[in-house]
Amino acid sequence: MFRQISAITLLNLSSLRSRLGVSVIIVVGVAGVVAVLLGLLAMSSGFQATLVETARPDRVLIMRSGSNSEMNGFVTNEQLAVLESYQGVDLASGELYVTIGRKERGTDVAVDVVVRGVSQDAFGLRDELTIVSGRAFEPGTSEIIVGVQAASRYEGLRIGDPVEVRRALLTVVGHFAAAGSAVESEIWIDRTVVQDVYRRAGGVGLVRARLTRGADPEQLARRIAEDPRLQLALVTEIEFFAEQSADRTALINTFAYFIAGIMGIGSVLAALNTMYIAVSRRTVEIATLRAVGFGAASVVVSVIFEAMLLAILGGVAGALLVYFALDGYATTTFNNASASQVAFAFKVTPELAAIGLAWALGLGLVGGLLPAIRAARLPITRALRGD
Amino acid sequence: MNHLTLILANLMRKPTRTVLTFLTLVVAFLLFMLLRAVAEAFAGGITIEGVQRLHVGAKYSMTDSLPFAHIRAIREQPGVAAASTVVWFGGYYQDPRNSFAKLVIDPNDYFEAMPEVQVSDAVLKRFRQSRQSVIVADVLARKYGWRIGDAIPIRGEIWPKSDGAWGWGFLYAGSYTAQTGSSIQPAMLIQHEYFSESAISWAANQFTWAVVRLDDGVAPKAVIDGIDQLFENSPDPTKSVSEDDYRRQFANQLGDMGAITTLILVAVFFTILLLTANVTSLSFRERVPELAVLKTLGFEDRYVSRLVLAEAIALCGLGALGGIALGFAIEPALNAQLGEVLGSFHMRWSDALTGLAIGVAMGVVIGVPSARAARKLSIIAALREAH
Repeated sequence: MFRQISAITLLNLSSLRSRLGVSVIIVVGVAGVVAVLLGLLAMSSGFQATLVETARPDRVLIMRSGSNSEMNGFVTNEQLAVLESYQGVDLASGELYVTIGRKERGTDVAVDVVVRGVSQDAFGLRDELTIVSGRAFEPGTSEIIVGVQAASRYEGLRIGDPVEVRRALLTVVGHFAAAGSAVESEIWIDRTVVQDVYRRAGGVGLVRARLTRGADPEQLARRIAEDPRLQLALVTEIEFFAEQSADRTALINTFAYFIAGIMGIGSVLAALNTMYIAVSRRTVEIATLRAVGFGAASVVVSVIFEAMLLAILGGVAGALLVYFALDGYATTTFNNASASQVAFAFKVTPELAAIGLAWALGLGLVGGLLPAIRAARLPITRALRGD
Repeated sequence: MNHLTLILANLMRKPTRTVLTFLTLVVAFLLFMLLRAVAEAFAGGITIEGVQRLHVGAKYSMTDSLPFAHIRAIREQPGVAAASTVVWFGGYYQDPRNSFAKLVIDPNDYFEAMPEVQVSDAVLKRFRQSRQSVIVADVLARKYGWRIGDAIPIRGEIWPKSDGAWGWGFLYAGSYTAQTGSSIQPAMLIQHEYFSESAISWAANQFTWAVVRLDDGVAPKAVIDGIDQLFENSPDPTKSVSEDDYRRQFANQLGDMGAITTLILVAVFFTILLLTANVTSLSFRERVPELAVLKTLGFEDRYVSRLVLAEAIALCGLGALGGIALGFAIEPALNAQLGEVLGSFHMRWSDALTGLAIGVAMGVVIGVPSARAARKLSIIAALREAH
């Protein structure tokens, strides 16, 4: 049985060249499906990575309970003071988060960019942040520093440039990098200046804190939730960013599978057509094999094998195409949860490639099955006559 | 026997292949319709003809608010037909993923400024009877299955109630329909009176943006400059843009995502077209001997070649028609799912016509070489080849 299968399969493959035109249909069709699926999935995985990857397990956000964005929170100065000396909190940084419109380079339209008011503690908290040119802002002045992504994408954010926010005139004094995280799309400023300009002197938007070594975030969260002075909620950075990216990632992924699904149907139909044509062209050949004693099952398996082989070729081609064309491709999008722009890069991971190849195999299997059955059912005598 | 019968008989010569090819085409053109609808949505949709409107928001950030006194001054500007305030309510229903827009509006002037929002008198009357009641876009009402009198709990994120609580409750009073062809984002409309008396004191007397409808034939530029100059030196300067520009800007915020999605779908569509063209021309080549038989029977060269062409056009045209029809058939379901995210999702008749034209053109491209071959076909050579 196995010898029969391998004999027919080899025979099929050796005659593939004469059926090149038809076979290409399967390869191209499957390559298209896999490329689209992986292209869209790479977009969502890149977006997620930017938000989640630089999150640290020992960093937490403390904000108003029920708030799930950095924007809408409010923590009073008194609450912040309590948190600064809280047991289990190593370092607490009160941050005030607003957005301003900036013109995107080379376009005429404004997009929303985060302006984060911070104290010096914010720098201690995020040791991944480094000044790459210029210098840090002087506390209490209207100086700002700009993330490298923001600086390269929006107009008027070079060192020395003036930036108008409400009636305050700010000056860019430095650019910073932060290990590729979303913070690189932000503008940072002294917190007291934002509090003043936005008339929010009474507090900050949220508190970002580093836990003391060995502190349990769950236990701390419980203590903070039950503390009558605070009535705030604690989430770890990882949870927070996973939640923030979940909506967008789920949306893109749904879209990806929906479109790839429809395309998949299209390419299965094309594959069916191709394999039916392949079978009908080889009617005499298959009948001859059957006449000399090859079993129906061997014929079925060999046809399916051919379809799956062509499909996997297409799958590999599609995955490579996406990898070379899109992996690392940098772009920006609007992050609903923060009401601002986030820069991110497409990311093709091995898991995604595996998903793509699994789809390719599935498409090949479905596309090969029915024609294989027809091939096996051919009445031998009629087929030999070439009817 | 008329021409049509002959064409149909030819098409049904290999029913499996014809049906498969037809279905592949249906899928390709369904994708075409989806692609066009998504591209339109990313481009920001279109305003209904005859309505000119401005979006007046805070100058520095779309998340800032404007004082209520502004709206009175805006109404008095020359060229303004109607103006109404909108407060972005934020928050979510049951799950943060249910992210439809919730807008606080003033029923006294909102519908005048937004004639595309069509509400029946009965619904409007119920809406005005209870201040807690809301009107919801029909697509959302269907999706969540709300019935008149249902309570709709919304978890606030931006605006707490006067007692500091975040749980808001509304009553469903009925639905509104967006005028056909307009692209208004599906939303829940909350009454301003209820909002301002129930929300925390600092929330009162402000709005997020104003919708300003212009008099017929007024140049928007003049009104835009007029409004922005009016508030230029106030603590809360404004930024006015035409609604089309605003939508384009907002769509631009989504960034390359729209462009990439569109690009991917274009690639997909052409892949499928290529596949179909390939299969179709293959099947013509196989039929060469039959065409020779037709000629032997006395059919003229010209007639045979036209027959071949007509058949290709019929197949591709019908496939296109099928895909377009399927697109329209699933539009309502998709709109309910995607409208929330994309703002609007509509298949357009102009796109349907383009699709049909592409289908017919494809038939010509595929059919002409075969038709030419059919005309030149030598009967003897073709018949000999068959055996």
